[in-house]
Amino acid sequence: MEDTTSSPAILKVNNIEVIYNHVILVLKGLSLEVPEGEIVALLGSNGAGKSTTLKAISGFLPLENGEISDGNIEFAGDSLQGLAPHQIVRKGIFQVLEGRRVFEDLTVEENLNCGAYTRRDRAEIRLDMEKCFSYFPSLKDRRKRLAGYLSGGEQQMLAISRALLARPRLMMLDEPSLGLAPLLVDEIFAIIKEINQREGTTILLVEQNAQIALSISSYGYIMENGRMVLDGPVEQLLNDRDVQEFYLGFGGEGEEKSYRDVKHYKRRKRWLS
Amino acid sequence: MDFFLLLLTSGIAVGGIYALIALGFVLIYKATSIINFATGEFMMIGAYIFYTCTVLVGMPAIPAFLMVMAGAGLLGLLVEKTILRHMLGQPTISIVMVTIGLSSILMGLAEIIWSSDFKSFPPLFPRAPIVIGNLIIRSNLFWGFVVAMITVAIFALIFKYAKIGVAMRATAGDQMAAFSMGINVRSMFTLAWIFGSMAASIGGLIIGNIGGVQPNLGGVGLKIFPVVILGGLDSIGGAVIGGFIVGIIENLAGGYLDSLVGGGVKNVAPFIVLVLILMFRPYGLFGRKEIERL
Repeated sequence: MEDTTSSPAILKVNNIEVIYNHVILVLKGLSLEVPEGEIVALLGSNGAGKSTTLKAISGFLPLENGEISDGNIEFAGDSLQGLAPHQIVRKGIFQVLEGRRVFEDLTVEENLNCGAYTRRDRAEIRLDMEKCFSYFPSLKDRRKRLAGYLSGGEQQMLAISRALLARPRLMMLDEPSLGLAPLLVDEIFAIIKEINQREGTTILLVEQNAQIALSISSYGYIMENGRMVLDGPVEQLLNDRDVQEFYLGFGGEGEEKSYRDVKHYKRRKRWLS
Repeated sequence: MDFFLLLLTSGIAVGGIYALIALGFVLIYKATSIINFATGEFMMIGAYIFYTCTVLVGMPAIPAFLMVMAGAGLLGLLVEKTILRHMLGQPTISIVMVTIGLSSILMGLAEIIWSSDFKSFPPLFPRAPIVIGNLIIRSNLFWGFVVAMITVAIFALIFKYAKIGVAMRATAGDQMAAFSMGINVRSMFTLAWIFGSMAASIGGLIIGNIGGVQPNLGGVGLKIFPVVILGGLDSIGGAVIGGFIVGIIENLAGGYLDSLVGGGVKNVAPFIVLVLILMFRPYGLFGRKEIERL
């Protein structure tokens, strides 16, 4: 893999293999690098192994009977091998789980405090909370409200705010667009970009919505069946014919593909693989 | 009317104590989804530690109380670390059986160490009954109620405001999300057992102070079960209200019906309530609707 960015990689995933239940091989020799201060997108269809990759990094695999059977993961020069999820958070990696996963019985403010669980600097935490409210003003009015009563969009905002309060060096977002209205998706991605620029937080973004993910990223990886099939700077990916056709929904000439053609492609692909 | 008020006040007083013991169940269930059937024996052990420290060693009440807290905490810690940690992922029924077995072991141990003779604490509170208007409440019951309510309030405050309490509630809500916040979920389990054991042992002190200490003191624990089911297994507020309801029903039923049928209604009434609750609101009055059937 050629190094096209100037900043050094803060996260290095080297050739990892992930096995579930001792037998099911999910990731087959996967490598990826995230340069400090950048947004990197990890794209792929359902079941490609994107979430598994994030779980391998954040240490969640053992909770689901999975393990990294080969390869290693390095963060800021240290190996993450054998660390439990809560220890990895203390290293500075914070994962925003798929499906938001706010604590429904806790208020918005209590949820935010949970995000700051690993920190001791109370005064700073208060400031960061105000900062979250400036990114997401609608949360401010609902700070005393139970998170379970928030709308889906507000819950996603809360999930991202929790991550902000942890002040991570690397924020990993798993499908932040899931189940949200398109307008809301645009808003949330704009804020993700803003967080990256203003706070300098490195972001690893997992998405099925390739178009919006690539619009804020500087580098992209594309996965299929537990392997990386393509990676490169965003400009290069956007000009790639395969990416255009299979992930962005354009034909080779730039016109939109009809659903029928896509279906046809999927059927063909299943035969081939 | 006076008779009714008398029954009502003693019902409330007893109910407050039930609420505290119910809290022993709830604290553990909320975090770990385990119903600790040894809660009654945790109470009994607490009462025996207090008896040993005050009567056998001759300590004053406050240091003896601190010893009980330390002992109860240690008991909860040991049970969680040595037994239940290894039961993670096992079927609920196996875990329940383990806690039932544990209750027998603790009862047997108590009999070996302290014999099955009836023991009692030195007098802790002024003997004179408490008089409110024209109501008279037994002193031990009144002070037991006060101690129980203070303890429940302390736990409620911890859960509402302390960082560790909020983290425990978060863990109870969504373990994976709690992990992702950097919360050490396993240590939250341990802490839940320590807290649950402490709440139960204070309940044991109160019951022991009212009725004396013997190895089957924990039998009351079973009586608390309707309280827990009534309030909902995972709700602290529910435990308190459930405690009052059961305490009041029990006393009213005992006062008015016992004389008609020749006694025993007082003990049966809470279980009749239990059956009715399970028929109409299986998750309790305040519990969450997810139910796991054994």
